Amino acid sequence: MSTTRQPGGSSAIRAPLFFAIMAVLILFEGFSSGWNSALGILNMGLLSAIMALGVNMQWGYAGLFNAGAMGFLALGGLAPVLISMPPTPGAFKAGGPGIMLAFFIAIVAVLAAVWIWRNLTGRLRGLAVTAVLIVGFFVYRWAFDPAVAAIEAINPSAQGNLGGLGLPTLISWPVGAVLAAGAAWLVGKTALGLRSDYLAIATLGIAEILVAVLKNEQWLDRGVLNVNGIPRPWPVPYEIDLQNSPDFVAKAQSWGMDPQLASTITVKLAYLLLFVVVLAVLIWLTQKALKSPWGRMMRAIRDNEISAAAMGKNVTRRHLQIFVLGSAVIGLAGAMMISLDGQMTPTSYNPLRYTFLILVMVIVGGSGNNWGSILGGVLIWYVWVKAGDWGPDIMAALASPFPEGGFKEHLIQSAPHMRMLVMGAILLGVLRFSPRGLLPEK
Amino acid sequence: MDLINALVAITNYVIIPATAYGAQLALGALGVTLIYSILRFSNFAHGDTMAFGTGIVILITWGFQAMGISLGPLPTALLALPFGIIVTAALMLGTDKVVYQYYRKVRAAPVVMVMVSVGVMFVMNALTRFLIGVDQINFDDGARFVINARQWREMTGLSEPLTLRSTQVITVVTAIITVAALFWFLGKTRTGKSMRAYSDNEDLALLSGIDPNRVVAVTWIITGALATIAGTLYGLDKSFKAFTYFQLLLPIFASAIVGGIGNPVGAIAGGFVISFSEVGLTYAWKKVVTYLIPNWQPDGLVQLLSTDYKYAVSFTILILVLIFKPTGLFKGKIV
Repeated sequence: MSTTRQPGGSSAIRAPLFFAIMAVLILFEGFSSGWNSALGILNMGLLSAIMALGVNMQWGYAGLFNAGAMGFLALGGLAPVLISMPPTPGAFKAGGPGIMLAFFIAIVAVLAAVWIWRNLTGRLRGLAVTAVLIVGFFVYRWAFDPAVAAIEAINPSAQGNLGGLGLPTLISWPVGAVLAAGAAWLVGKTALGLRSDYLAIATLGIAEILVAVLKNEQWLDRGVLNVNGIPRPWPVPYEIDLQNSPDFVAKAQSWGMDPQLASTITVKLAYLLLFVVVLAVLIWLTQKALKSPWGRMMRAIRDNEISAAAMGKNVTRRHLQIFVLGSAVIGLAGAMMISLDGQMTPTSYNPLRYTFLILVMVIVGGSGNNWGSILGGVLIWYVWVKAGDWGPDIMAALASPFPEGGFKEHLIQSAPHMRMLVMGAILLGVLRFSPRGLLPEK
Repeated sequence: MDLINALVAITNYVIIPATAYGAQLALGALGVTLIYSILRFSNFAHGDTMAFGTGIVILITWGFQAMGISLGPLPTALLALPFGIIVTAALMLGTDKVVYQYYRKVRAAPVVMVMVSVGVMFVMNALTRFLIGVDQINFDDGARFVINARQWREMTGLSEPLTLRSTQVITVVTAIITVAALFWFLGKTRTGKSMRAYSDNEDLALLSGIDPNRVVAVTWIITGALATIAGTLYGLDKSFKAFTYFQLLLPIFASAIVGGIGNPVGAIAGGFVISFSEVGLTYAWKKVVTYLIPNWQPDGLVQLLSTDYKYAVSFTILILVLIFKPTGLFKGKIV
């Protein structure tokens, strides 16, 4: 977001040109390193683009700094586990009622505390609220602990968690969005309306906590033991089925392709198709929203909160609304990512990769421009992957003047960290010299 | 006797570790709060600044060890600390010149400054990784204990052990010296007073002839020093790992906000509030409970929260303060 925002000024061929460059890069990757690698980058790039769209709604439309995209992404990723995994036999019977009772107790305790806070006055109020919360916590643990132990005792080597509902994976994607939206509402309700960077700090915190929950609550998602074999969404086939299907093998051979390679590429293309459909729907919706009176109001609030408030706009409410919507999109991307990977590995969530890299994508692409987020998502993801590949070569070239030995070795060994430097340099460079990004907001 | 044993257990497992941790958080929060009150943004790069400073200190420590220089029972890192501070302060000044200065000139919104600090965070993170890698490093080479469990038993005859590690004592002593020096500087020297004036009212300070560049430069130097000291003490007490320092950002911000952001006294108080709640809520109270309530053996560990959720404690306190007292315990500024 720049403080000197001027309308217009960029050429009409700018966006098509950048997308063409992006396409050439992907094609080049396909011809030089194989189509598996190119489609892999493109698929993850499109997912990053969806995440970037979500963050762009918050940062680009409204100027809200969400430093916890990772948390909403991870929470969205819980949805495929809970929705599309087969249920663990006996788990719900063993611990389900206990867990539901525990959550019921927790909700009652919090509501009671809120009620007391609103209806009592004087000294007693603080004490009563504290007492209710402490008693509530112990009762909650009394119901929760045995239920968890019962669930985790069921076949711990392979399951030991509640399992899912066994529903189709596609259903889990919107559920991921809803989960993330719920968490965002809770955070936004408390942290919005205060100083602008308090939201950043609060989201930084909620992200760490959400990932900690995923790492530690084994009854929910097996924690660090990971959930494997999450079913694929509907049209995506399994490689092994394709390879065993005579029709597919015959077809692949008629094109002169190795059936194994053909099967992996078919799977990636199927994912690509799904992602493109979701992205198309999202961009249609976001462009419509941005051009509507609602979108103009959002930008008016961003550019001058005081005058927007003077016009009778409820700034805090609108901020909450856009924060929840943006987080929902991030949660959707999280659910999609887990069904692409086919496994849930809570330890893989790293804030640099899943929070701050997404911000770089939005800012490089052009804050406030939806197409910019898509470009930024794919482009920055490409650079991120390539910086990892090229890092050692560049480092070796840089280190060549130094004599053989410890220092040179150290330099070459630390080459994988090059990505961080590249991303930092890109972010600082864009913020300084082109704060409106590659595709400036109209 | 049981009562004394219970007190010893609380001291050993809660009070001593929480005091050391609180001192480390307080030093970190002081850095965040200073940047906030002078430069008016939340510095997301602070955790990585701490990691960078500590990385430099470790490298110099290794150099001293190779040369055979040591401080006897004290860790060599204390000798390396001043050099680490100089390098980190120089980096801070360089970053300000290359990066932040421009945004001050165009009077960028605070949230833009925060975003810029994210870029700086990436670069610092990379620098630290280049320098020292991502592995866990132990660089404490001093005496391990001031009081170890056996000495304690011989001294008091109590069955409950108490240990006092030297790094804990060093942390608290260094923190007291640093804070005293900082408060003397802010309260008594001309530069310190001009910093406070600048923080209270920028325009008025400029009218009174205070040189803003000087104030900003001194702020960065002090911040670099505080970050290096906090990081080195944390690394001596626990161990150094670049990513852990990034994660410290949350409790540090929480400390600064809980105390009242922009208020140095608040930052210190906030550090101890956070550390005592974190350690207290994640400690397994079983031992203390069995001492205090005779004839009762609790089933579990009587641990309120698993240690994996320690960040949830900082976060919850942060949220409670944001809801009920956004200015913090000591009146901070909300701009």
